[in-house]
Amino acid sequence: MGNEEAVFYSRVLTETTLSFHIIYATIGVGVPLMIMIAQWVGIRKNDEHYILLARRWARGFVITVAVGVVTGTAIGLQLSLLWPNFMEFAGHVIALPLFMETFAFFFEAIFLGIYLYTWDRFENQKKHLLLLVPVAIGASFSAVFITMVNSFMNAPQGFDIVNGQLVNINPIIAMFNPAMPTKVAHVVVTAYMTAAFVLAAIAAFRLLRGSDHIYHKKALHLTMKLGLVFSIATAIIGDFSGKYLAEYQPEKLAAAEWHFETQENAPLVLLGIMNDGEVKYAIRVPSGLSLLAYSNPNAEVIGLDQFPEDEIPPLYIHYLFNIMVLIGMWMVFLAAWYWIGMRRRWRSVTTRWFRWLIVLGAPLTFIAIESGWWLAEVGRQPWILRKIMRVEDAATTSGQVDLMLMLFSALYVILGIGTIVVLRRMFLKNPVERELADRQMEKGGDVQ
Amino acid sequence: MNLEIVGISVLWTFLFGYIVVGAIDFGAGFFNAYSLLTGKQRILTKVIQRYLSPVWEVTNVFLVFFFVGIIGFFPKTAFYYGTTLLVPVSIGVILLAIRGSYYAFETYGARGHKGYSFMYGLSGLLLPASLSIVLTISEGGFIDMVDGRPVLDYWALFTSPLTWSIVVLSISATLYISAVFLTWYANKAEDREATDLLRKYALTWSLPTIITAGGIIFELRRHNLARYHNILTFWPMFLISFLLFAGTVWLLWKRRSYGLAVGLLLGQFVFAFFGYGVSHYPYLLYPHLTLYDSFTNPVMAISLIVAFILGLCLLIPSLVLLMRLFLFNKNYVRGKEDYHA
Repeated sequence: MGNEEAVFYSRVLTETTLSFHIIYATIGVGVPLMIMIAQWVGIRKNDEHYILLARRWARGFVITVAVGVVTGTAIGLQLSLLWPNFMEFAGHVIALPLFMETFAFFFEAIFLGIYLYTWDRFENQKKHLLLLVPVAIGASFSAVFITMVNSFMNAPQGFDIVNGQLVNINPIIAMFNPAMPTKVAHVVVTAYMTAAFVLAAIAAFRLLRGSDHIYHKKALHLTMKLGLVFSIATAIIGDFSGKYLAEYQPEKLAAAEWHFETQENAPLVLLGIMNDGEVKYAIRVPSGLSLLAYSNPNAEVIGLDQFPEDEIPPLYIHYLFNIMVLIGMWMVFLAAWYWIGMRRRWRSVTTRWFRWLIVLGAPLTFIAIESGWWLAEVGRQPWILRKIMRVEDAATTSGQVDLMLMLFSALYVILGIGTIVVLRRMFLKNPVERELADRQMEKGGDVQ
Repeated sequence: MNLEIVGISVLWTFLFGYIVVGAIDFGAGFFNAYSLLTGKQRILTKVIQRYLSPVWEVTNVFLVFFFVGIIGFFPKTAFYYGTTLLVPVSIGVILLAIRGSYYAFETYGARGHKGYSFMYGLSGLLLPASLSIVLTISEGGFIDMVDGRPVLDYWALFTSPLTWSIVVLSISATLYISAVFLTWYANKAEDREATDLLRKYALTWSLPTIITAGGIIFELRRHNLARYHNILTFWPMFLISFLLFAGTVWLLWKRRSYGLAVGLLLGQFVFAFFGYGVSHYPYLLYPHLTLYDSFTNPVMAISLIVAFILGLCLLIPSLVLLMRLFLFNKNYVRGKEDYHA
C-alpha cells in the first residue's frame, strides 16, 4: 500500500471513530448537567418525580458513558497511531490541554461511580446532589480541554519555527488561541442543547406511546425549557463563530458560503446546488454575508479567489453548513413554540403531531452536531495544522490501516446496536409507573 | 534529578497503577467467567461485582493517563511507537472497547447473560497479552529503520521466545494479582467460600508467575546481552521482590493476614517493575530512542508537571473518598448496603 492510501484510510478511520464517538461524547457532556438540574429541582420542590427522573436518566447515562469512554480511548490512541508526525509536533506545543483533559475525565469517573452507588445512602439528599457537581464539571471540562486542542489545529500559535525547529514555545498562548473561545463555547452549549432535546424526545415518545403520566409531562416541560435556553445560546455563539471565521479563517467561511470573489456588500448564499462550478437554485440575500461576518452590510468579505487552489477546502461543506444552521434554527423555533404555547395554553403544543415533531428533534440535533463537526474539520482541509502541516505529511506510513478500518467499523456497529438494545430493554422492562409504585412501597406511602 | 527523570517516573508510576488495577479487573472478569463454566458462580459473582461496579471506569483512566502523558513528555514516542504499533494497539483498543461496554451492558442492562460474561472474561486475558507486546518491542531488535521510518518486523516478533515469555508472564501475573487481591476482599466481606476458592486460585497462579518472571531474565540474555547485563546490575531489587513474593505465598498458605499479603504483593511488583524500569534507562526504545532525545521542550515539561501536581491535589482526595465509601466501607463490602441507581 502506498502512502497515499495510508493517508486516505487514516482519514476515513479517524472520521468514522470521531463521528461515532461524538454521539456519545455529546450525551456525556450534556446529560450530567440535566441530571443535576432535575435532581436540584426535585429537592427544591420536594417532588419525587424529578428525583426519579434524575435516577432514570443516570441509569441510561451509564450505558452511553461506557461506550463514550471506550470510543474516546480509541480516538485518543488513534491520534498517535494514525497521525504520528502530527502528534510528535503537537506534543511539543499542546500536550498541556490533552493532559488536563485526562484529569477532568479522571475526576468525572470517580464521582460518577460514587454518585451511581449512593442512591438513598445519605440522609441528606443535597449531599448526593453535591456529588453530581464534579461529574458535570468534569464532563464539561473534558470538552473544554479537548476542544482547545482542536482549535489549536485551526489557529496554531504559541511557538515559532526557526529553520524547522520549534522555538519560543508557550503552551498557554497555544491553548488560548483565537479559535478557542467560540469553538469551546459552541461545543459545550450544543452538547447541553442536544442532551435537552434528546431527553425531551424520550418524554414525548412515552407520552405518545400510551403512558399519560404526569412524570413524562414534567420531564417534557423541563427539558423543552432547557432546550430553548441552550438553542438560543447556540445560535448566538454560532454567529460569533461566523465572525471569527471571517477574521481568522476566511477560506473556511468562503467555501462554506460559496463566496468566490472578494467583495463589499457580499451576498449570502442559502441552499442551492453546485453543478459544474455553477450555483443553481440558491437564495441570495444581498449583503447578507457582510452582515453576518462583520455586522456591517458594506464590509468587504474575502473570497476564495484570494487563496491558491491547493489550499481551498472542498466546496461540499456548504451543504453541511446549511444543514447545521437550518436544524439549529428549527429547534429554536420549535422550543419557542412549545414554551409560548404552554404559557398561552395553545392546543397545538399538546397534540400528537407536535409531540412527534419533538421526537424528531432528537435525530435532527444529532445530524446537526455531525454536520457541524464535518464542516469544521473538512473546512480545515488540506491542513491538519492550518498553514503549518498538511494532512498527508502527518499520516502514518503503516500498510495495515485499511484492515484496522474494517475492524473498527465492525466494532462500532456492534456497540451501536448493543446500546440501542440494552437501553430499550432497560426502560421497557421497568416503566416509570412500576418504579413509582415500588418506591411508594419502600417509603411507606409518601410518594404520589 | 532532571525533568526527564521526573517525567518518566510519573509515567512509570501511572503505568504501574494501571497494571495493578487493570490486573485486578481483568483477572476478576476471567474468574467470574470461569466460575460460570465450573458452576461455582454462586460463590464468586457477588464479591466480584461488588468490587468492580463503582471502579470500572476509573481503571480505564489510568491507561489513558499513561498514553496521553507519554506523548506529552516524550513526543517522539508518537513517531516511533505510533507508526509501528498500529496493529497490536488497535487490537488492544478493540478488546478494551468490548470489555468496557459489555461490562456496562451486562451489569445494567442484561444481568446474567452468559455470552457477555465469557466475552468479558476472555477479552480480559487477551488484553494484557496484546498490550505487553509494547514492552517486548521496547527491548529492541524488532524495529528496522527503512528510509528514516520505523517498520515493525512481525516475523521476528512472533517467532521470538521473548515475546511469548512476556505474554505468558502478563497473563499469569494478571491472574495472580487479581486472585490475591480478591482473596483479601472476600475475606473482608466474611465470605468464607469465596475466600477459600480465590486463595486456591492465588496459590495456583503464583508458581507460573515466578517461573516466567525469572525465565525472562535468561531469555533476555539470548535476545540482548547488553540489556541482560544492565538488569543484573540491579539484582538486589529483584531479590527483594522475590522475598516479598515468598512472603505473600507463605501468608496465603497459612491462611493468615490477607491484608499484609496484598501489601507484600504490591511490594513485590513495585520492586520488580521499577527494577525493570530503571534497568531500561536511558532507553525508551532500544537503541533508537532515549529519554533525552525525545524529551519535550522545558517550558512544556514544567507546565505538565505543574498541571500534574494540581491534578493530583484534586485526584488523591477524590480517590480516598471513593475507597472510603466502597472499598473500605464494611457495610458496603459485606453487602449490607446496595444503593445502586
